Amino acid sequence: MPSTTVVTPPRRRCGRLAVLGWATAALVVAVVASVCIGGMATTPLDVLSALFTPTGSEKDLAITGLRIPRTALGIVVGACLGLAGTLVQGHTRNPIADPGLLGIFQGAALAIVLVAAVGNPSGPVQAVFAFGGALAASALVFAIAASVRGGATPITLVLAGVAVSALCGALVATVVLLNMDALDALRFWQVGSLATRNGAIAYMWPFAVIGALLAIANAPALNALALGTQSAASLGVSLRRARILGIATITLLAGTAVMLAGPIAFAGLIVPHIARAVVGGDYRWQMPASALIGSTVLLLADTLGRVIARPGELSVAVVLAVAGAPFFIALARRRRTVAL
Amino acid sequence: MSVRTEERPLLPVFRFGRVSVLWRLRNVVVVGLLLAVAVLACAVHLSLGGTSIDLLAVLRTMFGDAPDFKTELAVTEFRMPRTTAAVVSGAALAMAGALTQTIARNPLASPDVLGVTAGASLGAVGVLVLAGGGAGGLSGAAALLGMPAAAFIGGLVAGIAVFLLAYRASVDGYRIVLVGLGVSWLATSLVTWMLTLGDVTNAAQALTWMTGSLNAEEWALVGPLAVAAIALTVAAGLLSRPLSLTAFGDATAVGLGASITRIRVVALLAATLLASLATVIAGPLGFVALAAPQIARLLVRSPTPPFAASALVGALIVVLADLLTARLFPIPLPAGIGTAIIGVPYLVWLLVRMQRRTA
Amino acid sequence: MTARLQARGLTLSYDGRVVVEGLDFDVADGEVTAIIGPNGCGKSTLLKGLGRVMAPTAGTVTLDGAPLSRIPTRRIASRLSLLPQSPEAPAGLTVAELVARGRHPHQRWFEQFGRGDEGIVREAMIATGVADLADMPVEELSGGQRQRTWLSMTLAQQTDIVLLDEPTTYLDLAHQVEVLELIRDLHLLHGRTVLMVLHDISLAARYSTRMVAMNSGRVVASGAPEEVVTEGLLADVFELRAAILREPALGRPHVMPLGLSAHGPDD
Repeated sequence: MPSTTVVTPPRRRCGRLAVLGWATAALVVAVVASVCIGGMATTPLDVLSALFTPTGSEKDLAITGLRIPRTALGIVVGACLGLAGTLVQGHTRNPIADPGLLGIFQGAALAIVLVAAVGNPSGPVQAVFAFGGALAASALVFAIAASVRGGATPITLVLAGVAVSALCGALVATVVLLNMDALDALRFWQVGSLATRNGAIAYMWPFAVIGALLAIANAPALNALALGTQSAASLGVSLRRARILGIATITLLAGTAVMLAGPIAFAGLIVPHIARAVVGGDYRWQMPASALIGSTVLLLADTLGRVIARPGELSVAVVLAVAGAPFFIALARRRRTVAL
Repeated sequence: MSVRTEERPLLPVFRFGRVSVLWRLRNVVVVGLLLAVAVLACAVHLSLGGTSIDLLAVLRTMFGDAPDFKTELAVTEFRMPRTTAAVVSGAALAMAGALTQTIARNPLASPDVLGVTAGASLGAVGVLVLAGGGAGGLSGAAALLGMPAAAFIGGLVAGIAVFLLAYRASVDGYRIVLVGLGVSWLATSLVTWMLTLGDVTNAAQALTWMTGSLNAEEWALVGPLAVAAIALTVAAGLLSRPLSLTAFGDATAVGLGASITRIRVVALLAATLLASLATVIAGPLGFVALAAPQIARLLVRSPTPPFAASALVGALIVVLADLLTARLFPIPLPAGIGTAIIGVPYLVWLLVRMQRRTA
Repeated sequence: MTARLQARGLTLSYDGRVVVEGLDFDVADGEVTAIIGPNGCGKSTLLKGLGRVMAPTAGTVTLDGAPLSRIPTRRIASRLSLLPQSPEAPAGLTVAELVARGRHPHQRWFEQFGRGDEGIVREAMIATGVADLADMPVEELSGGQRQRTWLSMTLAQQTDIVLLDEPTTYLDLAHQVEVLELIRDLHLLHGRTVLMVLHDISLAARYSTRMVAMNSGRVVASGAPEEVVTEGLLADVFELRAAILREPALGRPHVMPLGLSAHGPDD
């Protein structure tokens, strides 16, 4: 794989900073749109008054009870998926890897259907099980990859991930074909939506923050790994420690995202590509870019979904696909794609 | 001037007149073993069913020496179609996977990544959910013909769309994969959304098809499809050597006189057709196209996914999967579940035993 | 001077960034031509354009009078070979298998390795000294052994014109000399035309019959080594102060660097 530069010359640094600035601005716009757009017409002034001088009116309740939590969810989930995607592509050195590769989404799905088949779980309970399933699957993938002679290299991670995902997928299919309740639970959970109100964000947001910090901490190691394992070792990077940190962070971030909003798979795949296209191959810049872009993209898609299908709504994952896929394809057609 | 004494042959090659064919010992041995195991697996598959038929009798029938008319009828008329479907769909998917992975130079690539499987699912599920309507779903004939046809068209359209979108004066493996991923993402999301429309029974039907199933197979359907798939598989096998040159990097391959664009286009077309055909026969069986070439590569220890071995591994996985889920499970389940249950532990075992190799 | 391989008005660019513009270039037949120049001057790019690995943005490259774009690539490969910088091969290939690939332009799908092919491959491997490594996987070789294996493959292709992009990378001095003497023999014994990009100016002067100096996508000097390698050129093109010595055997120029030139700032 071609190498990436680690040193940022001053001129480029200003350019990248500007890009991050634009991304932040875009996020702010997306946040405003997300909070203001919806069933009831709202202006930013209404939002401010709802926050600081609540009067208990319907509009205020809608804003504080529905829109702001939903927006917050979008920011957190989008950032988590963007960061997880960047990490997974960096560690597997594979541009078509997404966080689901480590079995996270399938593990969560398995937990969901098992628990639905056995009982009738409430939203919060479902969320906890989803997280547990994601954790278990990811641990299994890493265990398999690490037990191979040579350790958890990109290709063993990929193959182990494929294996565990497929196995979980098969088990999921088995359960849902035998149990209608499980199928019903799965097909609605599978779509992924920011409308889920299982309250998990209240206690999960610290995990997301920790995950984000760990992701940024993993960035220098990823830069070194991009130069090849021998060069990385000579730069003092402990391969094993970097991988463990990376996998753990991916699991934490993607697991949190799944728990909060269901499996919005492709977000973790395309956001890193967009980030790479605008800030280049240095992971220290890709991380913040991925987080900002992830949040922005998710919020925009969600807002669009609420606007297009009034009075109902189209799930964020579907909007993301219909709007995002052509954009992604156009991006892929660019002649110069930055290597990992 | 060198004196030709007892010189060891440089590379193992079979020569006859002007014809010369290179072979690798490990490849030949593995293919031979796989073939033997596959025949045995087919025999076992044929012997199990509503009533058990003696294994030896089945083997004799397979080789043309049936012990009695009743056995011959049972085996060749009632059970063969299903077994043939399993073998052919497995081989075709594995080949499609081997082709895609060689073009993309990426072990994660498969016809799924090219959007073919997602397109096929979209076609089939679309027909099922949109035309089904109500609790009844599609009735007999419409379902039997409508869904496979929609699947084939869906897969083909997706594959061609990917190719057209990715073509920019040249065919770049990396770009194809990314574009394919975009198309596949779109189709998959639409399918997921469609599953929420309609009622649960519709969803169950759709999911059954999507998991890949070998039910309702008869010669009328399987026969011509099998012939087409086998012909394609053999033709694709001929692509093996020129295709392996593209694994060298474009500069070297072009320097050696390979028309890489033409090779890639032909290979992509073959992969799309093979995957679409297999999907019509057995639905989008997961995992086979992705894992069979990798399993074969690990077995043969070759630089690129080996075609003959991949096809046999694919066929074997599907036959064994169907054996497991349709015959041996207490409740019959679609074969697609079995492919993962069988393939995964084996892939993991191979991985764990793998020699130290860097990506 | 005749030239079977010619470029006229050749412009080559990467994503809009023009590297070589409007260049006319003749690859002199029966000569060993070495291209020298600072990093980024376009020498590798020129080689890629001549070897049809890169499509020209403007201009044409002709082989025996016909434009490259009109000749089927397999036919080109039987007359012209190119060894790129840092070539890649998939893991698991043995040395013999890699070198045998060099016969590809002369083979058909049912003629994968005839007796003639085998003889040629053997000779190519003996010539570069990798015959003993025939069954070793390429990724287990040292950098130098791997480079010699790739060279072997190019030799096995048996083309009249050979383009080599930095063929002496990773080689120690003895092996560099070995490879260059091999190239010189190709020329002396078989009359092959060689165009190679080299970093080491002294070795280039010693082993080539013609030299071309490039800078910023243009040819700044061409001719016999003694004519091209002058103190003035080294100062202008390489910003190097050097003394030119005469090597005893053939009187070829040998560069002894004295320090950086005072010409202009470094970038």
